[in-house]
Amino acid sequence: MTRRRLLSGALAAFLAGAGAWSLAAGPKEKVVKIAARKFTYAPNIVTLKKGVPVVLEFTSGDVVMGFNAPDLNIRADIIPGQTARLRFTPDKAGSFVYLCDIFCGDGHERMTGKIRVVA
Amino acid sequence: MIDRRSFLRIAGVGGVVFASRLARGADPYATSQDEFFFVQLSDTHWGFQGAANPDALVTLPKAIAAVNALDPQPDFIVFTGDLTHTTDDPAERRKRLGGFKEIISRLKNQKIRLMPGEHDGSLDRSEAFKEFFGATHYTFDHKGVHFIALDNVSDPAARIGDEQLAWLKSDLERQKADARIVVLTHRPLFPLFPAWDWATRDGDRAIELLMPHRNVTVFYGHIHQEHHFKTAHIEHHAAKSLIFPLPVAGSQPKRVPLAWDPAQPYRGLGFRRVEAEAQPVKYKISEMPVVKV
Repeated sequence: MTRRRLLSGALAAFLAGAGAWSLAAGPKEKVVKIAARKFTYAPNIVTLKKGVPVVLEFTSGDVVMGFNAPDLNIRADIIPGQTARLRFTPDKAGSFVYLCDIFCGDGHERMTGKIRVVA
Repeated sequence: MIDRRSFLRIAGVGGVVFASRLARGADPYATSQDEFFFVQLSDTHWGFQGAANPDALVTLPKAIAAVNALDPQPDFIVFTGDLTHTTDDPAERRKRLGGFKEIISRLKNQKIRLMPGEHDGSLDRSEAFKEFFGATHYTFDHKGVHFIALDNVSDPAARIGDEQLAWLKSDLERQKADARIVVLTHRPLFPLFPAWDWATRDGDRAIELLMPHRNVTVFYGHIHQEHHFKTAHIEHHAAKSLIFPLPVAGSQPKRVPLAWDPAQPYRGLGFRRVEAEAQPVKYKISEMPVVKV
């Protein structure tokens, strides 16, 4: 009786552990590094998968920049010397423009990129 | 009390003409209103060099000559930002602002109202602009119309900011609900096309403050083309540029200038005259070319 209880407890603990492991392993979060510099983003085309969580990590090599993808409703300030992180899960497929929305000089208007979300 | 209609009519010279009405309002200025007109010039980008306008050095002087040729002369002249083309060099920025100041000194009518665009003020929070032209936001009254110049560019993130919004709120609280109000600014206050940065990040807060006022019209620049839009009863009218036209929002992948056409120089460029009429209250807006053909 006691042994049976012990065994069932061990089994329950194993299953609970397996469940936790399985949740943690879920869709793996993708990390994409984007470097901003007058007047470019590198890379300026980012491909993501719909439904897969992603962390966009931004750095700036010179001045304060803004990352804004208005149709995905995500934006971040990019401060030189710091890493800005945006965590989100693309929920629609398509091609979405992003731009610098903090004026950074002659060439600011050309500082754009594209996020492609594939199904 | 006499009710009367306030309406605004847009007349394009040789172009599209349409009319739209603003809300009804009582006449609070029966004794002070008078007919007048002013001229709006925008986005002159003095200092620009590039294929988009090989005549950049003479375009603004020609526009000044065209304004000087108006008879009668306007009551005043407004420049809604991007007076100069941006530069990282503070000395060069001042040189361009000084050059612009010298050119507009040729205007017959020296009643001039100026405001910065992001090219003038976003890299130094309008420090150089203020040295040459003073405040970046202010109000003035003219023949029954309350004008408000709003600065949405000195913050490089395109925010009007809490402080200026509090100032706007305080100013509007002193205006009657049916006061005739004209807002002059550089960027659109509404999100015209954020993917091309044609927006003001906290513009919705300014519009919210303006909403209780029934007769509000906004004149702005930034997008280098004529554009007309309404947010509820508030009308927003973008002016052409005096350096190069930009494409219609989203009509092409990139926000790059339309190519200069040697066969039709100055095509897509121009300024506008705005006639404010008192009886009944209305504005008539005419788009004017740089050079008459």
